Amino acid sequence: MTYRNDPYDPKQVALLDPDALAGAVADAEQAFAAAADPDALTALRPAHLGDRSPVALARREIGALPPAAKADAGKRVNEARRAIEAAYAARAEVLDREQAQRVLATERVDVTLPYDRRPRGARHPLSTLMEQISDLFVGMGYEVAEGPEVELEWTNFDALNIPVDHPARGLMDTFHIAPPAGADSSGLVLRTHTSPVQARTMLARKPPIYVVVPGRVYRTDELDATHAPVFHQVEGLVVDKGITMAHLRGTLDHFARAMFGEGAKTRWRPHYFPFTEPSAEFDVWFPEHRDGPRWVEWGGCGMVNPRVLRACGIDPEVYSGFAFGMGIDRTVMFRHGVSDMRDMAEGDVRFTRAFGAGA
Amino acid sequence: MRVSVSWLREYLDLPADLPAADLEQALVDLGIEVESIVDLRSTVTGALVVGEVLDIEELTGFKKPIRFCRVDVGAANGTGEPQEIVCGARNFAPGDRVVVILPGGVLPGGFAIGARKTYGRNSHGMICSAKELGLGDDHSGIIVLPEDTPAKPGDDARPVVGLDDVVVEVEITPDRGYALSVRGIARELAHALGVPFRDPGLAPAPGATAEPAYPVEVRDTVGCDRFAARMVRGIDPTAQTPGWMRQRLTVAGVRSISLPVDITNYVMLELGQPMHAFDAARITGTLVVRRAAAGEKVTTLDGVARTLTTEDMVICDDTGPVSLAAVMGGETSEVVASTTDVLFEAAHWDPVMVGRTARRHKLFSEAAKRWERGVDPALPLVAIERAVGLLTAHAGGTAGAEILDLDHVRPRTPVTLPVDLPGRRVGVAYSPERVVSLLEQVGCHVTRGVDRLGEDPGTAGVPAGGADVLTVVPPSWRPDLTDPADLVEEVVRLDGYDRVPSVLPTAPPGRGLTWQQRRRRAVARSLAERGYVEVLAHPFVAGSLADLLGLPADDPRRAAVRVANPLSEEEPLLRTTLLGPLLGILRRNLGRGHRDLALYEIGAVFHPRPGVGAPPAMGVDRRPTDAEFAAADAVVPDQPRHVAVVLTGDVEPAGWWGAGRPAGWADAVEAGRAVLAAADLPADRVEVRAAEHAPWHPGRCAELLVDGVVVGHAGELHPAVLAALELPKRTSAMELDLDALPAAPVAPAPTISGFPPALIDVALVVDERVPAAQVQQALVEGAGELLEGVRLFDVYASEQLGAGRRSLAYKLTFRAPDRTLTVEEAVAARDAAVARAAERFGATLRGA
Repeated sequence: MTYRNDPYDPKQVALLDPDALAGAVADAEQAFAAAADPDALTALRPAHLGDRSPVALARREIGALPPAAKADAGKRVNEARRAIEAAYAARAEVLDREQAQRVLATERVDVTLPYDRRPRGARHPLSTLMEQISDLFVGMGYEVAEGPEVELEWTNFDALNIPVDHPARGLMDTFHIAPPAGADSSGLVLRTHTSPVQARTMLARKPPIYVVVPGRVYRTDELDATHAPVFHQVEGLVVDKGITMAHLRGTLDHFARAMFGEGAKTRWRPHYFPFTEPSAEFDVWFPEHRDGPRWVEWGGCGMVNPRVLRACGIDPEVYSGFAFGMGIDRTVMFRHGVSDMRDMAEGDVRFTRAFGAGA
Repeated sequence: MRVSVSWLREYLDLPADLPAADLEQALVDLGIEVESIVDLRSTVTGALVVGEVLDIEELTGFKKPIRFCRVDVGAANGTGEPQEIVCGARNFAPGDRVVVILPGGVLPGGFAIGARKTYGRNSHGMICSAKELGLGDDHSGIIVLPEDTPAKPGDDARPVVGLDDVVVEVEITPDRGYALSVRGIARELAHALGVPFRDPGLAPAPGATAEPAYPVEVRDTVGCDRFAARMVRGIDPTAQTPGWMRQRLTVAGVRSISLPVDITNYVMLELGQPMHAFDAARITGTLVVRRAAAGEKVTTLDGVARTLTTEDMVICDDTGPVSLAAVMGGETSEVVASTTDVLFEAAHWDPVMVGRTARRHKLFSEAAKRWERGVDPALPLVAIERAVGLLTAHAGGTAGAEILDLDHVRPRTPVTLPVDLPGRRVGVAYSPERVVSLLEQVGCHVTRGVDRLGEDPGTAGVPAGGADVLTVVPPSWRPDLTDPADLVEEVVRLDGYDRVPSVLPTAPPGRGLTWQQRRRRAVARSLAERGYVEVLAHPFVAGSLADLLGLPADDPRRAAVRVANPLSEEEPLLRTTLLGPLLGILRRNLGRGHRDLALYEIGAVFHPRPGVGAPPAMGVDRRPTDAEFAAADAVVPDQPRHVAVVLTGDVEPAGWWGAGRPAGWADAVEAGRAVLAAADLPADRVEVRAAEHAPWHPGRCAELLVDGVVVGHAGELHPAVLAALELPKRTSAMELDLDALPAAPVAPAPTISGFPPALIDVALVVDERVPAAQVQQALVEGAGELLEGVRLFDVYASEQLGAGRRSLAYKLTFRAPDRTLTVEEAVAARDAAVARAAERFGATLRGA
């Protein structure tokens, strides 16, 4: 240990010589540049920046200098050390980057390999369309009403102004439920339309009533390309003060535009439904039809027959209402170009998968 | 109904050049559905001419007799030489005039006619049948023109056979019986096109005479409120139906039978009044119109012997029933080839009676169809006059001077209509004058103010009195117009539906979807995201399904709702479980070559209410009371909404990443858990435990519980069930009652600790019959509040562990809300957890 060696021995402070320091820096830079990878560079660190490195040894010699020279020498040592550190860091960065790139290159994969390891399922287009229509009307303030599929004849027919001997009842091709032992009639049917939910809704709620009714319905039609014994409808019912056919048209026009785009329009044809009077069938202009733009029969509508209101306990002097409904299977068919009803009923996964999980 | 435009023109001044499309639009705008419009002028192209058969050579040696004919077609073939034609029909002779299509012509259906060699001869053209010309279904022979046909060889045959016409086929809604006639359709077209209409229903007809045309007694004037009759004596029984009449009947799809019968059908089509022609010589004594006696029999014209009920009505003579009234005549009194004296009958029957009789006997005749939909009660005498005129014109004879008319028709009830009601209901400001004018166009008799005498507040449904009301008496042919709303429809229909403006009503604020509706969507979405494909199966199942599924004798799913009139007698029941139909769809997919399948369905199952009878009868003149409706509703089967999945094959396919993973019981159970998770039910309220429940494998079936209540089952299906249903081994399924799930709670937020966790693994050795879920439950209980999570990561059995033992390895995560746990604290908590498992199940730490 030499602390006070005044006057100092130049031999003892050779490493503080500016040239020596410059040489140490140059040696380090040269050595670092020769390092081929981060590990090699790390291995060089003790020799050039460690305790026994030239700059470290040079720092120790500062104590041998006269006080007047110490500051200057310290400054030179520090500069040399910083230069070596900087060279090290710069080289490290280069080598790290090169190494990372080599690793990335070796880790390259074929990203086009298919990875359908967990196949996606799908929702039936009838379900998603019924939800889409429900959402549209819910957005307008309607609520979604539901009812049983095995239904009272009274709600399916009588309350809707379809008396037992009316020809319209015969036209409905109804599935009847077998009577219990000893009875002539069960008084029950598989509902032929979603309209009994109208009666149930009016029995259960007071106007104003704004509901939309999606659901499954039944008719005694054999399954073929254009018929099914089980199919789906959505209908709407509004009962309020001052409701007119103009409101019905406004609602259907809005519905058509929301479903088929701003260019959609509807037209009405007078028709007969026992539960509405006046009644109409309505068509929608469908520009994207696979066989070219055309009018497509879409559904039925009308003003709720005052007899129906009365049977459900709503005063037709005070309230009026409209109802409309359409076949969902039919809508899916023309909207998506389904040519055979059986495709929707048979449950072949190829059909349903084409529609995905639905939005 | 099919009708030719030429017939309509007899009563309607249609523009001569009215395009078919305009005709269609006019009908559609008035609510008459147009099935088809066929312009017969363009259905046959080329030369279709009248020919006269000169001679016939019979060709033999073929499978059927064939004729080689020489036919004079005038100059139509360009040469004037006889046309040589081979023909297979035999209903003609030399001298007959026939219809010939010459080579180059094309028949309906694109059937091109050329000269060709057939049966060893050259045939130049074809002699046509009515069917070949698209004129009906008659293919029994070629058309032989009646002798009085004013046409000569070489003439264009189109006008001769009715191919110069336009045929309209329309569909009539059940409320408009009057439109099932030329009269009704012509009236509607007059409204639409604004052209003059001459109502054949208002043609003059002589009234009843003091002496009846025939003794008739009507014993039930409710069932038959009008009965008219007139005799024509001494007709030529050989008289033929004129060609023009036969053509019109053919177009309408009515077979020609005999002149008197054809006339009744013709008048029915023209006026809408069904009629009957009796052979006066074949009835004896007074005709009595009455209800049938129970068990009484009549053989109708179709040769069927029918047993009657007391609701049916019959016309009887001294021998008993001779006609099933209003629906079909009887065999014993019908007009036959020798008939010379004809008694025409035109009556008016109760539509409800006719409808019931037609349904009871499944006899939907053209007459019954009209009666059921309503026939104008003012028509009988007009119809009889028309029929008598036609018969005497074409068969001679003398019309009897006596006319019978037993008329008990009650006058129409006037409808009181506030004059502003149409405007208020439709949203168009109709002037009072416009309303009156449109109703009068329909045929209503309209007066301003209230007709106090005819007032009927019961059906009118509007306040009586007031200045601005109309008293409307609808025309006799519109029995459907009974309510103010019916008159509103007439106003808007004639004024035009296209004039109704478009106004969007404002609904009051709604409450959105119910939680049940949102939940159903979440469940559906979750299953679809997990790889399940939705199906919507038909709910009809076979009675044998319960056996195939191995349901025990007392299983409630054996009690099913039965359809009285199923499409297939094989499948008369409604499903009590989604699995039957769903497995059927699975099998169909397998049959189509799919191997890896995962399906789901959300839908109703049907459970009959035990011990209930039929619902109580309820009227419609008022709202049923809540108690009345509740009593009726109690009969409606319970229809809970279920969700089910079925899966088979690989749930994850094999690929470049390695082997596939076969679907199994665990996937089905996981699907059940996924449904409950999608329903937002917290895991700590859900329990899964072993169960034995058909149709599942008794050792691979789990029951799913929420708050201790069983809501569904999942697992692998029973091998015997799979064998019976011909499904692959290991097919698995889950079914759960969505309606049995409680509402989801409002989830409390967890406390998130920022301190580090302590992770400790434990492997517990227990008896293999101890359910892992219970071991985990013991660990959770024993570990206390510091336990943040527990996860079973390995299940292991080996010889070292001993037979009947297995090791369950758990990863335990401990964490404190307010500090970093010390090792001692974490180990203490783990020891407490293990101690609880040891205490409850004899669990030991593996390696300890």
